[in-house]
Formats: sequence, structure tokens, C-alpha cells
Amino acid sequence: MILAAATNENLAHTSNVLIYSSMAVYLLAFFANMAEWIFGSRSKVGRTAAALTTNAEAGAAASAVKIQVKQKNGGTAVLERPQVVTRAAAGARDVPDGPGASGGDEQGDLYGRIAISLTILAFLIEFSGVLTRALSVQRAPWGNMYEFNLTFSTVAVGVYLALLALKKNVRWLGLPLVTTVLLDLGLAVTVLYTASDQLVPALHSYWLYIHVSTAIFCGAVFYVGAVGTILYLFKDSYENKLANGGTPGRFATSVLERLPASQSLDKFAYRVNAAVFPLWTFTIIAGSIWAGDAWGRYWGWDPKETWSFITWVAYAAYLHARATAGWKGRKAAYLALIAFGCWIFNYYGVNIFVTGKHSYAGV
Amino acid sequence: MSKTNTPEGTESTEQEAGAQLSTAPVEDRGPTLPRLGVIGWVRWFWRQLTSMRVALILLFLLSLGAIPGSLIPQSGTDPLKVTDFQKAHTTLGPLYEKLGLFHVYSSVWFSAIYILLFVSLIGCIVPRTWQFVGQLRGRPPGAPKRLSRLPAYATWRTEADPEQVRTAALAMMKKRRYRAHLAGNAVAAEKGYLREVGNLAFHMALIVMLIAFAWGQLFKFEGGKLVVEGDGFSNVLPQYDDFKSGNLFDSDRDLSPFSFTLDKFTATYARTGPEKGTPRTFRADVSYNQGADGTSKKTSIKSNHPLDIDGTKIFLNGHGYAVNVTVRDGKGKVVSQQAVPMLPLDSNISSQGAIKVMDGYRNAQGKKEQLGFSAWFVPTFAGAGKGTMFSQFPALDFPVLALNATHGDLGVDAGLPQNVYQLDTSHMKAFKDSQGKPLKSRLLPGETMKLPNGAGSITFDKNISEWVTFQISHQPGDTWALGGALAAIFGLAGSLFIQRRRVWVRAVEGPDGVTVVEMAGLGRSESAKLPEELGDLVGQLHAQAPSAPEPEPSTSPTAVPAAEGAETK
Ligand code: HEM
Repeated sequence: MILAAATNENLAHTSNVLIYSSMAVYLLAFFANMAEWIFGSRSKVGRTAAALTTNAEAGAAASAVKIQVKQKNGGTAVLERPQVVTRAAAGARDVPDGPGASGGDEQGDLYGRIAISLTILAFLIEFSGVLTRALSVQRAPWGNMYEFNLTFSTVAVGVYLALLALKKNVRWLGLPLVTTVLLDLGLAVTVLYTASDQLVPALHSYWLYIHVSTAIFCGAVFYVGAVGTILYLFKDSYENKLANGGTPGRFATSVLERLPASQSLDKFAYRVNAAVFPLWTFTIIAGSIWAGDAWGRYWGWDPKETWSFITWVAYAAYLHARATAGWKGRKAAYLALIAFGCWIFNYYGVNIFVTGKHSYAGV
Repeated sequence: MSKTNTPEGTESTEQEAGAQLSTAPVEDRGPTLPRLGVIGWVRWFWRQLTSMRVALILLFLLSLGAIPGSLIPQSGTDPLKVTDFQKAHTTLGPLYEKLGLFHVYSSVWFSAIYILLFVSLIGCIVPRTWQFVGQLRGRPPGAPKRLSRLPAYATWRTEADPEQVRTAALAMMKKRRYRAHLAGNAVAAEKGYLREVGNLAFHMALIVMLIAFAWGQLFKFEGGKLVVEGDGFSNVLPQYDDFKSGNLFDSDRDLSPFSFTLDKFTATYARTGPEKGTPRTFRADVSYNQGADGTSKKTSIKSNHPLDIDGTKIFLNGHGYAVNVTVRDGKGKVVSQQAVPMLPLDSNISSQGAIKVMDGYRNAQGKKEQLGFSAWFVPTFAGAGKGTMFSQFPALDFPVLALNATHGDLGVDAGLPQNVYQLDTSHMKAFKDSQGKPLKSRLLPGETMKLPNGAGSITFDKNISEWVTFQISHQPGDTWALGGALAAIFGLAGSLFIQRRRVWVRAVEGPDGVTVVEMAGLGRSESAKLPEELGDLVGQLHAQAPSAPEPEPSTSPTAVPAAEGAETK
């Protein structure tokens, strides 16, 4: 019996060591990301301005719209298949995507790759940290905010790496993501740290696994979407400034020029948010089924329930805004950020400032 | 939004080709004021209410309106806190009261927002459904004049004749499960109608959920009952310790007849490891009778596993210990023998309670008096000399009861509701021990505390019972709510993941007698896969109608419209 307890304590300790190690590796990844951006700044790219000015000059021409080509070689056809020409939807600004943080600079790109490798390593270490933590308490590692924070950042990085693995153009996420993961972990180990602890019996239900795991996953994906939205807002102002003949500062130019076009960022954010919205809906429903079993009512306007609902409605408003012509772009982006703000408040604010049935976790 | 230069015509081509690609209402820009007259105003108001812009605003208001309810105490969930708040904030309290901020979710203004939203929703769904039915009955619109303006476009020249190309294209599109038909010189095809089905299903499911929820709120009831092992409960109003119900609830009609007895409660706890003390199982074994005089059945109720009798659910809500005590007067006559529930204070069930002897007791002088004992109970005592009455473990390993004894008037006749776990000591006097200090003592099971001067005694009986609080609730309509919720998820997934798109294939004879094939695709705004899909279609059709050799450069520009303003790399 004492042996078992000792093993558990050892595991908890191992978990802590792993978490600190992952932080160290994330820190290295952070520096590598920085190096990528710094080396990349040597390259002089002014594609946005070029695209926007040629647009303006070609205003009278038949078409000012830029083209991006999908080229796929037809499988069975003897001849090469005709090219499909695509153009942006009417009314949209058409700007090419930036070249990425490395700006085409070879050394920068090398650092970028190192950053990704380090991020993968850190992810694996952090993941093992979460796993050992779970083993040490013999339950899912979602019992308090410390564990929640760990799982949250692990999943966010996991989503980023999965998108990379799917060959999506998301390397630009690296620096902001790693930076915030470091902040999140820092907060976890300093302020929120809780020794491995017990769960109240209301949490003994398989709905814990279903409801909480999807909640964390949704949060991580919403977070990735929010980063996209913020960068979109920056890039969009930058493009607007250029389109109106302004000259943005050199730093802004250097950084923003390398990001994808505002259109692409906006689409990225939309897709990410839209893809996870049904899962968020499911999370809330799963939560209320569980509440029905555990507390005898499936909906009782408990603060946590209320804020999940608020978050849900805010994201629904965002999706509506996108579906309605007049509300695309910046206005919709602000809605998306408000919605994410609601999510964050539901997570931190409600746990810390508001008492309700969900405040079992302690901090 | 952004002011890029849109070439003349692009927008209109796209709008025309994309007409009815969704059933979303066309946004009329800015409120045009109606002509005077009641009907004009009503119609204007209705159009505003069912516009997407207003739907958006209402959604936003709904989430904004839900906020105060999460920050201000609500009488529905925590009436005590509301009272505290009102005491602490004498200016804000009445103001909040007026604004309904203590019951936000049933307040007039909150109801107004969601009722407007749902009226808007219905006003939106009905025409959209009709429109969609019309679209299903009709056919995809014919090809716009200038296919090259569309978001994805391809063209080539072939020696196959136009008729042949169109037939092949029609067959191909149908095989790919497009709804396709020949319109003039082009094949028009459309796919992804399930998106609209999903979207409509989602919005209808929202209505189902709302109605189910409202229904549940009106007819629900929820009550609590503390039952000590061996005792029972039958489902009639006076038996409840506390009871809440919806506005249309009728206790005669809606309380289904059943009764149950708590035979035994079992709790086990982790004895080792980091989770030491954590409950492993909570189980209440009960015998219950369904209906007025059904036969008795046995079952057990666990946390997360309520007992369901005719749709009324009985939940295991809390538990604790009840101490059995026997109180005797100075002559040794038993005046009270009761199981007294103790209120748990921490996870190791350190508990507190009050033992009250209301009547039957006469003091040494033979006068009627009441007795009151403040009690502290721990199921696992740390050990003598280790001081405090804090339990070390939730199970009954080393139970100890500590008592303070008082006598006098318990004040129960004053008519005020009393907390069963606390003594009102304002009219009570403490018994004194030999040193003149208030009498108190710690008892092990079976031990007796003697009251001074022949005032009697109290015995802590060996059998310690457990009690359980049951929450008994009934919320009709929850299966509808669940069904609506599931439909909403599937509808939503369909609406967000399915692309509705159109493809046109035009084949005409060019001026030089060679057939020109043009293909174009149009989807909803976020169509990443559209060009890829069009590429596949192009590849397939191209295999059947391969490119003709390049004409001399002087051929007419219409043959190669791609060159027009579009660069291909
Ligand atoms: C009760 C609150 C409502 C919620 C939670 C809600 C939620 C949603 C969501 C999440 C979508 C996104 C699906 C997509 O992008 O295809 C959507 C689409 C849509 N909603 Fe709502 N909605 C509500 C009320 C309304 C109302 C009142 C209207 C009409 C005035 C409306 C009209 C539409 C339309 C037309 C679309 C689809 C646009 C398209 O074709 O993409 N909704 N809604």
C-alpha cells in the first residue's frame, strides 16, 4: 500500500519534471522561431504593395483580379488536362500570401525547421508529462485548473502540428503559439499548481471523459482560430493602409509582409471556427446530459453553463455574420474575438471569480 | 467592405449565377421607411424582424443579456445569496429587483429577447423552406453568359462536336450525383442540397429545443428530502423538505404516486494512494412501490444513476451520518430516542448538528423544560490528545461525538422556521460541570454523558445510521430537448461541412469550326475545394474530348477567354 502511494508520488514528480523540461524545450523552440523571423527580415518582399498598386493602376482594365493556379496532372488523360483558373470572389481584395516567416531566406528557413522539430519534441515531452500526471492520480488529467492548463496547451500544439502534418500553410502560427504556450505553462506551474489530488464523486462518470475532453479540444481549436483572427486584423489594416496609399512602418512591413494574405488568414480562422462549432455544440449538450444525471436538471443556468451558452451564441452570431453579406471581414472578426473572449472568461473568470456548481475544481 | 476595383459586371454575373445557391434572404440595405398605414408598418416591422441583420443583433443581445445572471446571485439557484446581497446593497438591491436581475432567465426583458429571436427564426424558416422546396422542384439555373468570370474556370478546344461534349458532360455530372440538365448550349448542374436541408433542420431543431425547454420549465418540479436509513418517503407534497415547481404544475395531477424506503446506504472510500478518502462508491439500496399499491421492488440508486419512476427521477444528492441518542431524565425514564442527522462540514465528514428534546422532559425539580445539545461528530477521530474534532477519514473507523448540553427554551414555538442543525441558544442555559465551566464531553459509541445534579443523561448509541438526501425531480419534455439537440448537431454539421455548388459546361462551335468547351464552378463563399473538384471534372471530360491542336495565334479572343485579365502560370 505504501509502495503504491510512493509510486504515485514518483509519477507525480516525474510529471512535474517532464513539464519543466517541455517548458525548456518550448523556450528553445521560441528562440528558433524568433531566429526564423529575424533572418527572414533580411529578405525584401513587397508583394502586397505590388499587388495592390498594380490593381489600382489596372483599374480600368478588363480584369484586375489576380490568379492562382491549381495545377494537377490528369491521371489517365494522355494530354495534360486544361488548367483551372481561379479568382477571388467579387469584391474581395486579391493579394498573394506572404512567403512565411523565413521570407525565403535559407538560414531563416533552417531555423524555422529547427523550431518545428523542437516544438514536436516539446510536445512529446509535455504529452508524457500530462500522461504521467494522469497515471499518478489514476484518472483523466482534468481535475483542476493546473491540469486543465497543461492539457489545453498540449492539445493546442497538437492541433498546430496536425495542421502542419496535413500540409496546411500554418507555419506562421509557430511563434505566437509557442509564446502563448510558454505563458500558459508558466501560469500553470506558478499560480495554478495543485498537487495531484482527488475528485469529487459527481465527477465519477464517463461523461467526464466525453464532455471535458471535447471542451478542452474545442478551446484549443478556438484559440488557434483566434490567433488567425488577430493576425488577420493586423494584416487587413496593413493592406488597407497600402491600398489607400499609406506607408506602414518598416517593422510592420517586414513582419506583416511575410504573413499570408488577409483573405487567407480570414478564411483560415473561419474554417477553424466553423469546423469546431458543431463539436462545441455537442460539448454543451453532453454537459447538460451529464448535469441531468448528476444534478437532476439538464439546464440550470449555473454560471459555467451560462457562459458556455454565451460563448455558443457568440460563435453562432459570428457564423451568421459570415453568412450575411454586409458583415464579412473586420466586423465578423471582432465578433469572433468576442466569442473567444467569452470562452476564456468561462475558463478562467468563472472558475476564479464566480461560484457555482462547477467551482469544485479549486484553482 | 474593402474598396478594391471590381470590374464592371463581375458582381452581377456572379449574383445571377449564384442566385438561390442558398436560401439566405437577400439583405435589403438600410431600412426603407414604409408608406404610412398600419399594414405598411406591420409589414415593415416583420421584414426587419426576419432580416439577418436583426437576427444577428438579437443573438448578440441574447448573449449579452445572459451575462448578469451569471454574476448576480439568482433566486432560482441560490435564494440565500440573494437575501444576503439585498442586505448588503441597500441601493442596488431594489434596483436589481425592479430590473428582474435576481431572476434574469425568467425576466420580462430576457424573455422578450428570446421570444423575438424565435419569432424571427420562424419568420425566417418558413419562407426559406418554401423557397427550398421550390428549388428542389425547379432546376439549376442556366449558365451565365461569361463563365470566365466565375471563381473557377477552365477552357479548351476540342475536335469532338458540341453535342457530343454536352451529352458526355451531362452523363458525367449525373454520374457524380449532380442534379444536371441541358439548358441551351450548356449543361447546368448543382450538388450539395443537403447543406440547406441541414441548415433548415438545425434552425427547426432550435425551435423544438426551446419549446421542450419551456414546457419543462412550466410543468417541472424539484424537491429535496432527507431520509435516514430505515425511514421512507412517499411522493406527496407535505413530505418534501423543500419544493420548487413550474407555474403550471399541479400537485394533485403531476405528482405520480410512489413511495420508497431507504434500506441501507453504503459508501466506500479509497484507503490508500493520493486519492485516499475519495469516495469509490455511493449506493443507496431502496425498496420502492410504484403506483398507489404496487408490489415492492428493490433497487439501488448511485450518483450519476438516478432511479426513474414514471419519469420522476430520484437522485442521490448528499449523505452524512445520523447519530442515535437516548435521552433520560433524572429518574432514568427514556424521554427521547432519536436518530439525529449531522450536517457534514468537510470531505472527511466532520459534522455538526443539534439534538433537541422538545417535550416529555422534566428537570430535577419536576418542571417541564427543553434540552438542547450542540453536537460535533467525526467518523474517524484523530485520537485522544490529538486535539481537534476534525475527522481524518470519511468512514466510521473511530467515531466520536462531542456534546455541549443546555437547557431552557428552544424557541421552537415562536413559529419561526428553525435550522435543524443549529440551536437557538438565546433562551438556553448551559449545564455547568463541577468546576463551573460549561458542560461538554466526548463520547464513544455506547458511552453516556451525565447531566449534573440529577438532570438526567444522554447516551450515544452504538448503532450509527447514515442519511441520504434525495433530490426528486420531474422535467417533462427532456426527450424532446435531447432529440432536438441531436438533430441540431447533425443539421449543423451538414450545414457547415457540405458545400453547395454549381458547375456549368458549355460547348459551342467556335468561329473556326473547332468546338470550344468552357467549364466553370461556383460555390458558397468559402469554397476551397471547388477548384480541385472542377479540376477533376475537367480531367474526366477532357479525356473524352481531348484538346485540339493549338490554333494559329490570330484566332478570335473568345476562344481563349482565360487570357482576359487572368494570368496563368
Ligand atoms: C436562435 C438563434 C439562432 C442560432 C443559434 C443560429 C445559428 C446559426 C448558425 C450556427 C448558422 C451557421 C450555419 C452556416 O453557416 O451555414 C446559421 C445559418 C443561418 N441562419 Fe441562423 N441561427 C439562429 C437564428 C436565425 C434566424 C432568426 C434567422 C433568420 C432571420 C437565421 C437565418 C440563418 C440563415 C439564412 C443561415 C444560413 C446562411 C447560409 O445559407 O449559409 N438564423 N444559423
